[in-house]
Amino acid sequence: MASPVFRGKAITYGDDVNTDVIIPARYCTSFRAEELALHCMEDLDPEFLKKRRPGDLIVAGNNFGCGSSRENAPLAIMGAGIACVIAKSFARIFYRNSINIGLPILESPEAAQAIAEGHEIEVDLGAGRIRNLTTGASFTAHPFPEGIRAIMAAGGMVGFVRARLGVDAPAQPGRERKRSQG
Amino acid sequence: MGMTIAEKILAAHAGVPVVRPGELYFAGLDLVMGTDVTTALSAEVFAQMGAQRVFDPDKVALVNDHFVPAKDIAAATLAQTMRRFAERYGIRHYYELGSSGICHTLVPDEGLVSPGDLVVGADSHTCTYGAVGAFATGIGSTDMAAAWALGESWFRVPETFRVIFRGRLPEWVGGKDLILRVVGDLGEDGARYKALEFVGDTIETLPMAGRFTVCNMAIEAGAKTGIIAADDATREYLKGRATRHGVYHRPDPDARYARTLEYDVSGLEPMVACPYSPANVKPISQVEALPIDQVVLGSCTNGRVEDFRIAATILKSRGVHPKLRLIAIPGSQAVFRQLLYEGIVAVLAEAGATISPPTCGPCIGGHMGVLGPGERGLFTTNRNFKGRNGHPTSEVYLSGPAVAAATAATGKITDPRTLMG
Repeated sequence: MASPVFRGKAITYGDDVNTDVIIPARYCTSFRAEELALHCMEDLDPEFLKKRRPGDLIVAGNNFGCGSSRENAPLAIMGAGIACVIAKSFARIFYRNSINIGLPILESPEAAQAIAEGHEIEVDLGAGRIRNLTTGASFTAHPFPEGIRAIMAAGGMVGFVRARLGVDAPAQPGRERKRSQG
Repeated sequence: MGMTIAEKILAAHAGVPVVRPGELYFAGLDLVMGTDVTTALSAEVFAQMGAQRVFDPDKVALVNDHFVPAKDIAAATLAQTMRRFAERYGIRHYYELGSSGICHTLVPDEGLVSPGDLVVGADSHTCTYGAVGAFATGIGSTDMAAAWALGESWFRVPETFRVIFRGRLPEWVGGKDLILRVVGDLGEDGARYKALEFVGDTIETLPMAGRFTVCNMAIEAGAKTGIIAADDATREYLKGRATRHGVYHRPDPDARYARTLEYDVSGLEPMVACPYSPANVKPISQVEALPIDQVVLGSCTNGRVEDFRIAATILKSRGVHPKLRLIAIPGSQAVFRQLLYEGIVAVLAEAGATISPPTCGPCIGGHMGVLGPGERGLFTTNRNFKGRNGHPTSEVYLSGPAVAAATAATGKITDPRTLMG
């Protein structure tokens, strides 16, 4: 898989950003990313939608995405055009959800500490490298465990399960024959 | 070196003799639980995965609880999608209005979780089932679809924190006060990716309702799960409910704990979590007398019969303060029936409570008591994040049912011990 490189401005938040403020439950009767995006972060930061540009990054403190299991949260962030979330640490369900749906996330306490609002950031996702183009500083994110890399390599959980179920495997000649006979 | 309960359950389900924290395993599941708010997305993803069948229709539960009875057309559509999925795939444990309830009240009461089980649910409070000695944790919708298709999920083995409670709980102090104290001490991410194992004589004598409350809020400190060793009280509770016997794991004497917290609870005050975090916990003496607009009794944390018995005892012959709204939400249809039989619905209604059908409702700012601008609520729920329960300028305090009922009677945050003498 080609290693994607993102470049965008940082939008920064503090610790314990919960999924209720990322996308309030009152909007979770939808799970369409583009609909959820219209209300992303509105209770925490009403300016978010105005200031973010497609390709920007969210940079946050500890425990990003804590609280409710709602997958609508990473979907809302994706729908808002955010290319990547960098945090000191992620809450575990948000972490899983992001890997599963293919929202790029990187854990780097050093980067999250050093990046300020508006800094120009470049991320090499495959290498886990974060460069602060504004200050020149460079960081390496925590590597993903092997089992999680396998899900990422499949493009997310849908591809991973399709491979496990063998649904994309070319039909075997034996089976073909059976079907035509039946 | 021995194993904690969480490690033993993961090892048993991963098919290995021993697991160690940090290791990653695919492990077989005993139950996969979803609700009306998370299942529709899972159904769509399940189709994208090309799956033809769920791994075991007897190990899937689908529960109408979050936005029911349907709060609007969009919510009705979500429930409809879940209903059709249940029909199409022959889901055995599908719960429709009239026999449903809040998933974490309903699922253990229906006997769907046994000690030693490995359970995932597309709801963060799935950790509640740790109260029957299971390893249960929350997941998202895509993970749930994968679990339906594969019958297993990946788990990173968490380190375990041991939380020891010793001593006799004072009157009007219960499970909610125990867990609020712990969440307050740990902070919102103090137990991130850890398992919490609750032990000690206080836990051993704590009734099942209180144990569910304690395990329910493990996630509020970031924990992956909260577990209480199954014992005779668990066995008694499961009698006539569970069809499987289960495995009654106990931690090995030489199990390794990343951290141990110890509490003597004999002097514990009722606890209250202040806006906007369940970890912003104070003893009630520091928040007393704050005026409250609305009290909500209910949720997967405190919507059980025992919680309403406490509330009824306090509200009987007192009545709800005229400037305050009290909304009582039985956790399930079965809880509601029991409250009727015991006369508790009558006591609460005569006191001036509004009785809601079983639902998550106001706990997630859905319906049945959403707060307006600047309003202040005191809820027996589990989260008080900004905007969660209504307008972003509203505020919610979290407490147990005794504080909630005393507050409903006086109109301001009240220590039940002063009210009840």
